[in-house]
Parts: sequence; C-alpha cells; structure tokens
Amino acid sequence: MADRLTMRLQCPVPKMDFEVIQLGHGSGGLMTHRLLKSGVFEVLQNEFLKEEHDGAVLQLNGKTAITTDSFVVSPLFFPGGNIGDLAINGTVNDLAMCGAKPAYLTLACILEEGFPLADYWEILLTIREAGKAAGIKIVSGDTKVVEKGKGDGIFINTTGVGTVHPRADIRASRIQPGDVVLVSGPVASHGMAIMSVREGLEFETTLQSDSAPVHDIVWDLLENYGSAIRFLRDPTRGGIASSLNEAASQRKLGIRLQQTEIPMLEEVEGACELLGMDPLYVANEGIFLAIVAPDIAQQAVERMHQFPRGAQAAIIGQVVTEHPGQVVLDSSIGGKRVVAMLAGEQLPRIC
Amino acid sequence: MKYLTEYRDANLVHEYVTRIHRLVTHPWSIMEICGGQTHGLVKNGILEMLPPQVTMVHGPGCPVCVTPLHLIDDAIDLAYRPEVIMTSFGDMMRVPGSRESLLEAKANGANIQMVYSPLDAVRLAQRHPDRQIVFFAVGFETTAPANALSVIQARAMGLSNYSILTSHVLVPPAMEAILSDPESRVDGFLAAGHVCTIMGLEEYYPIAEKYRVPIVVTGFEPVDLLQGIYETLKQLEEGTYRVENQYARVVQDQGNPNAIKVIHQVFTTSNRIWRGIGEIPSSGYEVDVEYGDFDARRKFNLGDREVPEHPDCIAGEILKGLRKPYHCSQFGKGCTPEHPLGAPMVSSEGACAAYYHFAQMKNEMVHGG
Repeated sequence: MADRLTMRLQCPVPKMDFEVIQLGHGSGGLMTHRLLKSGVFEVLQNEFLKEEHDGAVLQLNGKTAITTDSFVVSPLFFPGGNIGDLAINGTVNDLAMCGAKPAYLTLACILEEGFPLADYWEILLTIREAGKAAGIKIVSGDTKVVEKGKGDGIFINTTGVGTVHPRADIRASRIQPGDVVLVSGPVASHGMAIMSVREGLEFETTLQSDSAPVHDIVWDLLENYGSAIRFLRDPTRGGIASSLNEAASQRKLGIRLQQTEIPMLEEVEGACELLGMDPLYVANEGIFLAIVAPDIAQQAVERMHQFPRGAQAAIIGQVVTEHPGQVVLDSSIGGKRVVAMLAGEQLPRIC
Repeated sequence: MKYLTEYRDANLVHEYVTRIHRLVTHPWSIMEICGGQTHGLVKNGILEMLPPQVTMVHGPGCPVCVTPLHLIDDAIDLAYRPEVIMTSFGDMMRVPGSRESLLEAKANGANIQMVYSPLDAVRLAQRHPDRQIVFFAVGFETTAPANALSVIQARAMGLSNYSILTSHVLVPPAMEAILSDPESRVDGFLAAGHVCTIMGLEEYYPIAEKYRVPIVVTGFEPVDLLQGIYETLKQLEEGTYRVENQYARVVQDQGNPNAIKVIHQVFTTSNRIWRGIGEIPSSGYEVDVEYGDFDARRKFNLGDREVPEHPDCIAGEILKGLRKPYHCSQFGKGCTPEHPLGAPMVSSEGACAAYYHFAQMKNEMVHGG
C-alpha cells in the first residue's frame, strides 16, 4: 500500500508508531492528538485548521448553498480513485448542482479498529489532492474509531458550503416542455469500474472511475446562460435513469431520451453487456445532467466541449408533455421503452 | 463490438419489421422461451414494432422465475446456519420465498454472498476451510456445465466444504408440458439460443414433429429476435413445422459435446417442480449419487416440503401463456416490482415486470408516438 502511495503521490507516509488504527486513536487522548497532528492537520494544513478549534468561522457573501453526503464504498480503492476522491468530488458536485461555487468542506472520518494506517494516509493525501483540484478548503472535521467488525474500514462524511451564482435559479419546477436534456460526459464509468474490482466479480479491464469535480463546467454555463439552466443533477447512485425519473415525476412532465445520443465509453459498454447491467442505472461520479432552455442547448454543449471533462457532452433528450412522470427511451433500433425507476439495487443477471 | 453491433443495425431491424408486417395474415402466438429474449424484446422496444396480429408469449425460460418457493426457503434456511456461507447469482437475490428473499435474509443476518460464477464459490471454499460453502445452482442447461465443473474441481482439490443446491431445469420437457396442455395457445417457439449452444438441436426435432409446431433457435440481439420471429411466422403462414437455426453463428447442431459430457458426469435427470407450473417429469438435473458429497440436499439432510404459492398469483398460467399479467387481480395493485408476489414480477425479464412498465407507458402516453 505504501509503495502505491509513494509512486502515485510522491509523498512519504508520516511516521507513526502503529501499523493499524487502534481504538485508542479515537479516545480523544494523546493517541488521537498525535494521529490528528501528524495526519489530518499536517496533510490538509490551512489557516482554518491551524487554529485547531472546535469549528471554523467563515465569511461567505450572497446566497449560500449547503450540502452533506456520507461515503460508504466497497472496495475503498478502485481503478481511477478511492473513497477520498469520492468524498470531496461528491460534495463539490452536489454544491455545483445547486449552482454554487464550492468553497469550504468539513471532513468526518469513522475508522474501524485495525484499518491499515497506510491506507488511511493514502486516502488523506487523495483528499488533499482532490481538494486542491476543486479549489476548496477543509476547514473542520472529526475522527472517530469504532470496534473491529462495526465499520467497513472507513466511512467518510463531508459537508460543504459555497456561494450560489447570482443568476442561478435551479429547480425542477422551472423545467418546461420543449426543454433539452444534456449530459456532460460518458455514462456508467464509475459503477462499472467499482464492479470490476468487487469481490467475486473481478474481471480484467482498463475501466476507470470518472470521479472528478464538475463545478467549473457548471459555473461556466451559469456565467453564460444564467437562468436558462433550469435543472442540474449529478447522476450518482441509480444512474441517469433515476435522476431523470425524479425530475420527470417532480415536474409531472415526460422525458424522451435518444439512446444513440447517450455517450458511453466502449469498454464500459462491453462490461455492461458482459454483466447484464443497464448503463442507464449505473452510478456516475464525474458527470452531470442539465435541463436547459431549447434556444441555448446547442451553444451550451459546445461550451462544455471546451472542458476536458466535457469533451463528450451531448444532447440526449427532451422534455415533453406526453407520458407525464415517465422517462421513455427511443432505442437505437427505433423501438421505445419505459426507463422506469429501479425498485432496488440493480443486480447482475444470469441469462 | 464485433458480432453485436451488426445485429443491432437499425436499417436491418426496419427491414425485418416491414417484412413481418407484409407477411402476417392471421393472428399468431409465438413463445420466446428464454428470459434473455424477453429482456431483448422489452429493452429494445420490439414488442411495439410487431403487427397487432402477432402476440409474443413470454415463456418459462427465466430460471429465476421457475425456481420453486420451497427451494428458495431451503437456501435461506441454509444461509442462517452459522457454519454456512450461501452463494448465489445476483438475480436470484430478490426473488421472494415464502417468508423472505435472499436479500432480505442477508439484511437479517444470514450469510449470503453474490458470485458471478460457481468457480468463485469454489475459491471461497478454499479460503474458508472452516465454513461450508453452498452454491445455489440455478439455471437451465446453459449454466449446468459450469456448475458441474465446479463440483468436479472441488473434488479434484479435495474440498469437503463445498456443495451445490440444485435447481436445474430443462427446456424441452417444459415445451412439451406447455404444448400438451389442451388450453395452450402457442403456435410457434423461439428456442433459447444459449441453451442450444450447449445441448444442440437434437431434442427439438421430435417436438416439432409431434406437436406440428415450428421451432426456431434464436439469439438475443434485435436483428436475431426479429429474424427468429420472421422465420417462425413464415413457417406458420406456410403451414410448415421445422426446426430452424437462426443463431448458427453460435449454435451447432450437435451442441457442445464437452459440456454435455461434464453435465452427464455430475448430474442425473429427475422430476422437477417448476414454480407456478408444477411438477414436470424428467425436467431437471440433480447431483448424481457418485458426487453425493457435493449435493447440499444430502449433506444437510434437507427434507421435502410443500410451500403453497400466494393464492392470488397466476404466475403459472402466465408462464404457460394461458393468461396475460393484466388478467391477474393483484397485477399492479398487491403485486408490483417493489413488492412482488410472484417471480415474474421480480426480474426485469419476468413477464409481469415487463408488462407492468410497458402498460404504464401505454396508459399514460397521450400520443402513441
């Protein structure tokens, strides 16, 4: 684990007395103090954390968005990232979906007794890099330890705040018939990357998670088109199918998708075929859906193409008055089907 | 993706749809045997493209759907034993037993792991010598060779903590059961491509002959399905009844002799109860006495028991093509994909689940589109 970390981030593991997390690391005593001092504070250092205070005092101007998310993934490390990336990008992207520029995050970790310290450091270093990439600061946090068997290595919660763009007004109730559905990049990459390394399902692949912040693309759209951006959603769990179903049922309008327009990487498509998964329901961590006014849709996609992560942005559908509350897909062969809300988790199929 | 994209060609699809519309002069019912075919028909919106005279009847070929209640209960009971780790394919997890599903049992503390292959379960047995690993061996002829192989491999490795709980069912006896039902309305069959990949075509000739019914071995992509439907309809309109092989790029007449050999090494044919249909003679596999140590039924002394289905569920008649899901009093009311009463509502290729979503779209579409 340590090798992987030095190779990737070229940052030495802080020297510690222990190889694994002990219950004492959560006691609030000397062990906790040392873990935080040489760990979280050292790795993530900034003027807020330097205070070592119970909380942070922030200055935000204008309308403020707040969001929180907890991260419980298995496996913790996967091709293209780890739980640390997800914890930062997930909250950063949720803020972006409110039309906000992410500014400050809190970070709470629940560690399981026996969790390798080297893994913990790698996750912290990833958090630092992801924070830098997203331009946010971690200003407060918490670290707890639970007994072995009562956690899954590490659980992370992040809460974030950010200032909302003055012209942003993002609500499902603003969606109009005729509006256009955009997606910022290829779908299903994250979920299939996770699945490729999940115990019992391992298969050899070059799949990578798409975990990445998208706030810069969103901000650019808001700067240029303001309130013509009606609705934003990052289609994480449940994939684009679930997010669009939510939008359709909230607004009581229909959404019509064109299967041939939905971007997807070839290796992701292959993995979905192999496992019998429908990519529309597979999780994403670095793309977003936007429902925008029809007159700016084409320009908006072209603007998105200027960003590396928006290079495959596409118009994938339209809001319609037919089949209210439902998402209907025009299949690539000219048929159509309902893309329903999933009842539970999507499970691989036998035949 | 070679061998896939050319079978998803929109122009070819259009051509076959046009040909089918031109061809049909009578109402016909065609049963697609395999759940994978049902899935392909529904996922690609093919049902909508067919002329109104053509009714596709979703057959019993969803292994999950026909696994009897008592076997699911057996699997769950085993999973609650502290020494056991139960392993299963993913789509079996949500199927309701008489009390709960494997997924619910897992949430309640039973030891259940989802695997992709029985060989993963064998590996698990290797890693946990102190635990009994049981694999829920569900499926048609398609999954039988891999399941048999897992037993052979476990024996070769000297593992005494691996066994399989079999729920293997066979396609041809089920077709005969459907055809010999006096109420049967099935005029032709799309035979399951993957099953025939293993078993070949031999078993189908006598059925076509005896019941005077066309059987077309068909693949799973849109062009495959439409080609299969077209060939079946052509025979029906001409009044012929032959076995044809649409899926020749994969299926050979003699099947896969190595796979068949492995099956016969480990399994023997037995009577099987099909959920919703009842017992069909010689319609399944069980572990041969020779490999008795790897048979979970023998190992854990699982007795016979009868578990009644939900009284309102008409899954059996639906699987036989006698009634449609919307004829069921519970359809969309007491029975939904979130709270299924019977198996065809569980998996996405189950006939009831397919109709549930389809009917919603139909009812709510203002313009047919």
